[in-house]
Amino acid sequence: MAEKTIEAVEDKFETFQVLNEDGKVVNEDALPDLSDDELKELMKRMVYTRVADQRAVSLGRQGRLGFYAPVAGQEASMLGSHFALDKEDWIAPGYRDIPQLIWHGYPLAKAYLFSRGHYKGGQMEGINVLMPQIIIGAQIVQAAGIALGLKKKKKENVVITYTGDGGSSQGDFYEGMNFAGAFNAPAIFIVQNNQFAISVPAEKQTAAGTIAQKAVAAGIDGIQVDGMDVLAVYAATNKARENAVSGNGPTLIETLCYRYGPHSLSGDDPTRYRTEDQDDPWEKKDPLVRFRKFLEEKGLWSEEQENEVVEQAKADVKAAIKEADETPRQKVSELIEIMGNDLGANLEEQLEYYRAKESNE
Amino acid sequence: MAEMTMIQAITEAMRTELKNDENVLLFGEDVGHYGGVFRATQGLQEEFGEERVFDTPLAESGIGGLAIGLGLTGFRPIMEIQFFGFLFEVMDGVAGQMSRTHYRSGGHYSSPVTIRAPFGGGVKTPELHSDSLEGLIAQTPGISVVIPSTPYDAKGLLISAIRSNDPVVFLEHMKLYRSFKGEVPDEEYTIPLGKADIKREGKDVTLIAYGAMVHEALKAADRLEKEDISAEVIDLRTVSPLDLETILESVKKTNRVVVIQEAQRQAGVGATIVAEISERAILHLEAPIARIAAPDTVYAFASDEDAWLPNAEDIYEKAKETIEF
Repeated sequence: MAEKTIEAVEDKFETFQVLNEDGKVVNEDALPDLSDDELKELMKRMVYTRVADQRAVSLGRQGRLGFYAPVAGQEASMLGSHFALDKEDWIAPGYRDIPQLIWHGYPLAKAYLFSRGHYKGGQMEGINVLMPQIIIGAQIVQAAGIALGLKKKKKENVVITYTGDGGSSQGDFYEGMNFAGAFNAPAIFIVQNNQFAISVPAEKQTAAGTIAQKAVAAGIDGIQVDGMDVLAVYAATNKARENAVSGNGPTLIETLCYRYGPHSLSGDDPTRYRTEDQDDPWEKKDPLVRFRKFLEEKGLWSEEQENEVVEQAKADVKAAIKEADETPRQKVSELIEIMGNDLGANLEEQLEYYRAKESNE
Repeated sequence: MAEMTMIQAITEAMRTELKNDENVLLFGEDVGHYGGVFRATQGLQEEFGEERVFDTPLAESGIGGLAIGLGLTGFRPIMEIQFFGFLFEVMDGVAGQMSRTHYRSGGHYSSPVTIRAPFGGGVKTPELHSDSLEGLIAQTPGISVVIPSTPYDAKGLLISAIRSNDPVVFLEHMKLYRSFKGEVPDEEYTIPLGKADIKREGKDVTLIAYGAMVHEALKAADRLEKEDISAEVIDLRTVSPLDLETILESVKKTNRVVVIQEAQRQAGVGATIVAEISERAILHLEAPIARIAAPDTVYAFASDEDAWLPNAEDIYEKAKETIEF
């Protein structure tokens, strides 16, 4: 009996796809209503992000960044979902979700400062985004709070929060969805199922056949999407956003994708936990290859356009790393000053000490 | 001016700020229609509506995240943790998240959150209800810890906590909720965070305490007076950050000091005070600094807690030792 119930639930979570691996439309009805310029913009963002990621990995290997989590393989999942957002919407990201922040208006130079642990990387002026979260899942309960705040302030905006397959095992994942559901608050929960939480494969995270079905327990909508298909991710997120702002509650979206590179540049070696045989099928699903085929078929994309984006990304990275390099290093006195709006007597005393020390240096 | 219990003063402070600022929200488990398990929020949902005063699902980490998110969208949240022992369920939210909002955003965002929670021994609770965990938070940068000992202080300190743009843990000793009444002005007033109060002036020995131990220290001071020993009683009121100015001034006057806490001895607030006095005023001392604390066991909840908790007798004895050194 119980087994039948679970099967009945899992059967409802088929993977949603718009473009197949050859860039052919397989679901005409679900094809999102995007203009040619918007389609080209999506491609531009994915190419730009792929190149910026390659550059960041290289900078990281040279020791010029601090913490960096590579994103190649997740471009459709990250940027397709972000493309459905309004400028005023909130993002509560995990540490890998830098590309969405960049396309929300977060300067690349600040991303590098964040990577280096510089407080200026956390100053989110003019954009509604949280600082990339280090604790897996902590942003999800905060997203529920932002969603309730947006609802109480009667804003027609949503919060979108991102985690991974590993993050979906945290208590905060369930608490955040459950709170947002109970308050009927405008939140979108994205789980980028990139198949590995550092080294642990997704199938070891849960007995559930999909992560999307975890929405059922929270009483909210859930959908599993081909996360290598940018149009499917966009369409699902767009629908989730419409539902959220019209008072129809939150949605959980599981995007099936793959992290081509290591977990981070801090010593992770993926060959210790996966083989090329596992990597190959995912590389055949590549989001850029697939979408490029689709656009070329429509006559919307050329090698020339692609090269232009590649050169732009390289130039931007170069300028941004220069800006980060030129940013003065942090002083301990500055770190004391940002501890709070009002410093207590202890910090006031320590501030005086460090200011005096720094003025003698 | 009205005579009221500490819990009534706490309700009054929340009513004042709910009235003053439409962005103040009050939420937690059972705080809505029910009025809280101790009735601290009684009548507030009725008065201010379900949009402002509301129940949450039962999940402390969720409540902490909710407070952070509401703070980011322009609200001033008062969240209740039903008993402070449940802090462990939201330790990341408190110590890993809201305490760091300002720092992590380079000063761009704040978490103007007040965390209210009952704590403290003597009322025979189950396990993990009475624990004195203020030392854990006192070691966390970016958040203050306030512990009132009287109805008057409770109202003024809670209003200050709610108005603070930085997070504040406001701990309410359960034994003090209804054990006595005190004068509380009807009008609004604030007591600054980070300032201790001399609850009794004296010249021979300084007794430093907070929460319920302030009352034990006052009892000990009464007894010492009968023997012509004049004890000064300092109520810290804020245990993080500490008001060292008041402490050191008193120690330099009396030259003898007993530091008292209900929490276990190792690390903690008392240890910090002893260290600060040692560093800054050791040459003013006529006797070693004495310290009273609970043993380093799990809190002896329920039937045998009276044997475990420090009391006026312990303080009297220790003060005598210090005087006679």
